[in-house]
Amino acid sequence: MSILVFAGSSQFIAVSMLSTGAGALSIILTTFAVNLRHLLMSSSLAVFLGNATRRKLTLFAYGVTDESFAVNYTRFSGKIWSVNRALVVNHTANLAWIVSSVIGGYSGRFIHQGAFGIDYALTAMFICLLILQLKSRLYVLTAVIAGAVAVILSLTIPGSSYIVLASIIAATTVLGLKKWGAK
Amino acid sequence: MIHAEVIWVILGMGLVTYLPRWFPLVFLSRRRLPQWLVEWLDLIPSAILSALLLPELVTNGTPRHIALWQPELWVAIPTFVFALKTKSLGGTVIIGMALFWLAQSVI
Repeated sequence: MSILVFAGSSQFIAVSMLSTGAGALSIILTTFAVNLRHLLMSSSLAVFLGNATRRKLTLFAYGVTDESFAVNYTRFSGKIWSVNRALVVNHTANLAWIVSSVIGGYSGRFIHQGAFGIDYALTAMFICLLILQLKSRLYVLTAVIAGAVAVILSLTIPGSSYIVLASIIAATTVLGLKKWGAK
Repeated sequence: MIHAEVIWVILGMGLVTYLPRWFPLVFLSRRRLPQWLVEWLDLIPSAILSALLLPELVTNGTPRHIALWQPELWVAIPTFVFALKTKSLGGTVIIGMALFWLAQSVI
């Protein structure tokens, strides 16, 4: 899984959704939505990669993550960076990712289910990831609306579609409020 | 012994995580996304994380019902504060697990 899906939070989300019996389509849609941010990152990196070949870009795209984006974007902005160096950054990160996944996969079987509050690992991780996203009041408002809508929808409609629905509703509402407030 | 559906989920996830990274690099080298779309996309991660998290904390069972007296919710409060103070992903996971373990053995 780690070879094909270079996205940590999505893997955790997929595992928790699989364990609650969510359908394949809703998991894939959620993954897509969570990783839409890479669309933004790739867009801003594209500015620096105008002269790279399509083959190199295809290889590079595989390694665009939050962390490698931060490193590469900073370096590219400083003008002392090359496509090849950026490729090394991305794929070193990727290799470390795959190796740790394999170690985790094999040692995980020695931890029995429910031990040491392991059931809460995902929830705690979501809490911290959310905190890291809340860069201003606008994001807090989005999170509050999304959470409230998600709770209501999860009580009324079966399945996991409430996640994507609530997120779209919240982001659209906040963006609408922002545009309306600016007028 | 992996269920066939899991293979499809992984393949689908691979596709939807790769394409959004690849597409802008190859096709949007010069053009930029419209501003409203950039702003909208920027709000999505906080929305989706909150939508994932909150129902887990305050509801339970299938079909879901409101459950406010569960350790999931009460452990979330100190975990939240810890995450806010430290911004440490690993630390938050360990604290959250430890508190949840404690809460479960007390109850």
